[in-house]
Amino acid sequence: MIGKCAITLAIAALAVAMLSTTALAERGRDGQLKILYWQAVSTVNPYLSGGTKDIEAASLVLEPLARYDETGTMTPALAADIPTVENGGVAADLMSITWPLRQDIVWSDGTPFTAADVVFSAEYCLNEEMGCNPLSSFTDVTKVEALDDHTVRINFGVAKPFPYGPFVGSTSPILQKAQFETCTGAKAQTCTEQNFRPIGTGPFKVDEFRANDVIIFSANENYREPDKPAFATVTFKGGGDATSAARAVLSTGEFDYAWNLQIEPEVLEQMVANGKGQVVAGFGTMVERLVVNQTNNSPDLSKDKRSLHLDGTNPHPFLSDPAVSRALSLAIDRQILVDFGYGAAGQATCNVLPAPPVYASNANDACMTQNIEEANRILDEAGWLPGDDGVRERDGVRLSILYQTSTNSVRQGTQALIKQMWGQIGVETELRNIDAAVFFGGDPASPDTYMKFYADIQMYTNNFDGVDPEAYMANWRCSEIPGPENQWLGGNIARACNAEYDALAAEMAVTASLDERAAIGKRMNDIIVQNQYVIPLIWRARVSAHANTLKGVRVNPWDSELWNIADWHR
Amino acid sequence: MTHYIIRRLLFAVPTLIAISFILFALLDLAPNDPTGQLPLTIPAEAREQIRESLGLGEAFHIRYAKWMEQFFVNEPLNLIERAFGVEIGASEERLRVRSWATRSPVVDLIIERLPQTLWVVGLSYLIGILIAIPIGIVSAYRQYSWFDQLGTFVSMIGFSVPTFFTGLLAIIVFSVTLQWLPSIYDTTHRVTDLSSFWVQIKQMAMPVMVLALFNAAQISRFMRAAVLDNLTQDYVRTARAKGLRERIVLFIHVLRNSLIPVVTLIALGIPTVFGGAIITEKIFRVNGIGELLITAIQGADIPLVQTLSFLFAVLIVIFNLIADVLYGILDPRIRYG
Amino acid sequence: MPAAQSSDLTAPSRGLQRHRSLWMDVWLAFRNHTGALVGAGVFIAISLAVALGPLIHTVDPHYLDILAKNEGPSLKHPMGTDNLGRDTLAQVLAGGRISLAVGFTAMMIALVLGTLVGVLAGYFRQIDGLLMRLTDMFLALPLLPLLLVVIMLFRDSLRAAFGPETGIFLLVVFIIGITSWMQTARIVRGDVLALREREFVTAARSIGTRRRRIITRHILPNVLSPIMVSATLGIANAIITESALSFLGLGFPPDFPTWGRLLFDGANFISVTPERVLWPGLAISLTVLSVNYIGDGLRDALDPRLRGA
Repeated sequence: MIGKCAITLAIAALAVAMLSTTALAERGRDGQLKILYWQAVSTVNPYLSGGTKDIEAASLVLEPLARYDETGTMTPALAADIPTVENGGVAADLMSITWPLRQDIVWSDGTPFTAADVVFSAEYCLNEEMGCNPLSSFTDVTKVEALDDHTVRINFGVAKPFPYGPFVGSTSPILQKAQFETCTGAKAQTCTEQNFRPIGTGPFKVDEFRANDVIIFSANENYREPDKPAFATVTFKGGGDATSAARAVLSTGEFDYAWNLQIEPEVLEQMVANGKGQVVAGFGTMVERLVVNQTNNSPDLSKDKRSLHLDGTNPHPFLSDPAVSRALSLAIDRQILVDFGYGAAGQATCNVLPAPPVYASNANDACMTQNIEEANRILDEAGWLPGDDGVRERDGVRLSILYQTSTNSVRQGTQALIKQMWGQIGVETELRNIDAAVFFGGDPASPDTYMKFYADIQMYTNNFDGVDPEAYMANWRCSEIPGPENQWLGGNIARACNAEYDALAAEMAVTASLDERAAIGKRMNDIIVQNQYVIPLIWRARVSAHANTLKGVRVNPWDSELWNIADWHR
Repeated sequence: MTHYIIRRLLFAVPTLIAISFILFALLDLAPNDPTGQLPLTIPAEAREQIRESLGLGEAFHIRYAKWMEQFFVNEPLNLIERAFGVEIGASEERLRVRSWATRSPVVDLIIERLPQTLWVVGLSYLIGILIAIPIGIVSAYRQYSWFDQLGTFVSMIGFSVPTFFTGLLAIIVFSVTLQWLPSIYDTTHRVTDLSSFWVQIKQMAMPVMVLALFNAAQISRFMRAAVLDNLTQDYVRTARAKGLRERIVLFIHVLRNSLIPVVTLIALGIPTVFGGAIITEKIFRVNGIGELLITAIQGADIPLVQTLSFLFAVLIVIFNLIADVLYGILDPRIRYG
Repeated sequence: MPAAQSSDLTAPSRGLQRHRSLWMDVWLAFRNHTGALVGAGVFIAISLAVALGPLIHTVDPHYLDILAKNEGPSLKHPMGTDNLGRDTLAQVLAGGRISLAVGFTAMMIALVLGTLVGVLAGYFRQIDGLLMRLTDMFLALPLLPLLLVVIMLFRDSLRAAFGPETGIFLLVVFIIGITSWMQTARIVRGDVLALREREFVTAARSIGTRRRRIITRHILPNVLSPIMVSATLGIANAIITESALSFLGLGFPPDFPTWGRLLFDGANFISVTPERVLWPGLAISLTVLSVNYIGDGLRDALDPRLRGA
């Protein structure tokens, strides 16, 4: 009796063990995954997205030809291989790139994925009436053509040393032609069904979408790897604020993953102490910086002079003096700023181009340590002497700065700290914070946008998508200075004009070798920083939190954070 | 009375049209921009194209006229079609009021959001009123008793401590420490049986209580003041002198007269129920109308803000009319000429 | 009604003994109201603390002592410090000046506007419709876009005329006042509508009393209780709204402490440094409570039926 019992038990145990091993390899074995983005998703079509949140949600469904992994290395997704000059995929004259596509891919509705879908996606974005978000990825593209069902050639109008703009990274994935065919041009706006439930090749498909609230995904049964994804459903909730999002993962354990947690470090630390989850950070190219206005922005000036470059005839009364801006940079203790507002999510930096590593210059590291005496000495030498109230002045010009940024508690704390540091070198500061939708909005009628820059110094974060800085660095060319003639649409917010810089930018545009590009990039970075057009403060990481039970998360600053969600499991 | 109502309703039409124009002008003038929340990596030229595609390139009066047509003609037609399953004209070609952020019809968004707002905000309003009126009456009737003092204290705390704080406190106590209640509201949850109903109760408990405290605080103060005013009136003395029972004096005579200001307050509050509770919805991620509105405002989603604010204005006008009619019923002395 | 009866009996004899002004009567009644006295005491204490406190506790509320951040209460920092090392007590005191000033001024604007519109609309039928539609419009205006527009249009000119602080103060007070009078107006109007038809008003009208006199002597004293409640709630509302404004970047410069802002900024630190939310929260609640009791006392004192004479 006992023996029989033991045998049945052993068989039962064996059966259970077999079941669990087969279960391990099964799609959807880990049930539900709960993701929390405190900015809610407004559309699942990244071409019409309202920001990173939409692009990342869409990356569960839609895939590009190639993506970046967490080290910034390009890996094929829907492409069979990464084309290079060496393997003949990129033409020797750099005028075209030919992508071989994987042959085994089907859309979640079961139809095969072909080159026609890629060609369509390019046409979809290049249509001028459409208002395409990742348009800059398609710069200089003249024609996208299907050489056969599984080969696509992208032709450029100029030589492209870095031809990996279109369809690389989650900002410009492939849409299904059959689904979006009727949605081109102005009609893109009205295709609600398509925009909310795009058919994709990724590990999940959209079951239910409530705009600005929640998305329910389920595993795509046609996904190319039969044992993935491990989760059967994903609940993608949005709304609220960063602190409560962190709390839901780290303190209450209601959610598995929370995104973009820019929270004061001590608050985050206390939540992590609950032992339910961990915080992960990945450093990409985000730099929190002070932009120094090189033009006179006095409110007394008329509209056609205020904060305008006017070919250098309207210089700032004191910030155009290199001594002043150098002293301002030296007076800042960047480590204090990191400890206050960023913790593990930030590092002090002296570069506007801190990554990828080949591009990171170390010529400016002197600014890493605060040096009040040196700053004071520089100002004394330049003739800026303290007045009766302790504020330095020269020829009736007081060192009084209007310092603006967008509204956000970490930024306001940083403002207060910097104001005090500048107080130590006799510089007076007035702080102003502006609602982000106004500050970053491009309404030409508003005086408070960062493009208008009606202040002496402003602070914000900027970065670039992917790993190639050419387009980003081209922002500081003279031709990019914002003004009424270009509706304030220019990236050279500091309004600096430097002939050497423009020459380097032109050189980079025709240089193909990575080492040479890196050398040019570093030199450009040094010009910007050493002339104090921009005072870099903090190299910021992407910070997210995930439950301890969630495995396989590899935080990626170069692409969608959810880029490898197919590999996530419990 | 009927005459009065008809006249008021007729008068409401030009009022609402004027309000819609002022709203549109205000939103147009506001300095925030729909591309303001896009990542800075999107260059200026692409932003300009996006603005054009949203129709921002057109002149103010054309955009206003388009909205008027879409809102007053196309959307009602659409609702009729949906309700009766008929097709009137070329319904595919009809332009609908579309949100700029989601590119989906605004009316669909509102319909999607209404249930959770009505559940949470509506229920909290109801509970607030049900708590406030008895508290107000007892506090006034037993003025300066311990009950009155306690009621005063609690309602003043309830009103002076903002919901962003009480909500956070509730989450820390009930979600983090005790782990009894969820801190995040699940809008996709469907009530099918008793256990799912229990889940619904649990997820509503905190936002409803936080809001009810706030509402009750306000209404109970006005109720108390109104009852106090009436308790000293001559008619109360007369009624008592006639030998009427105290309960009848209090609940028939005093209550009826005291309700006049409170009815105004309650009627004024009902549109805000539909308007949602911005902060509470955000804290508990209820994602109702209030959250929709604030997201739209922050993202300068003008069609959505315009439509929501206008619907809100319609509700305000209607409920003010209802309040006025109720005055007449509660107090026959009030005459509308 | 023992109070009313006894005053009925004693009033004539007292009145014969000594002639007293109305305000003397009010003060005497107010003095007998315990709640009102305690409320006034607390309120005066808060005002004094806010006005004179910074002279005693001389720590600069703007000074950041980053080495002493997130400290608990100590002799040097009786209420601890925040995450930038600012002294919480100094901030509560400095913040109180602004919050009290904003709360009172904005409440007064809202109250005066609301009462004026409410009484006029309730008493004069001809303008009732117009004024009430105006009220509807203000109720329908979405606050945030309105604020953005007002700030955009007026900030720079006010800043130029009055400096950054006074300019913003005027702007904030004006905005809060102009957007919170509607409820008072609706409630006052409702009461006036009923009062207008009451016997004593009809009587006053029939003996040819001038309208202004009817309103000031007969109508206004009778709508005092809802006005007093509005005032109490209005202060709390103004203090909280101000914090929402500064949070959105529409109020005072970011390094300017106010009670609402301190509460808001401290909320996330509730489990790190609870003092940061405890004190500003208590300050707001105590102010509102004390104003409420003062309002109660004033109302009772101004009510002739309760006061007698």
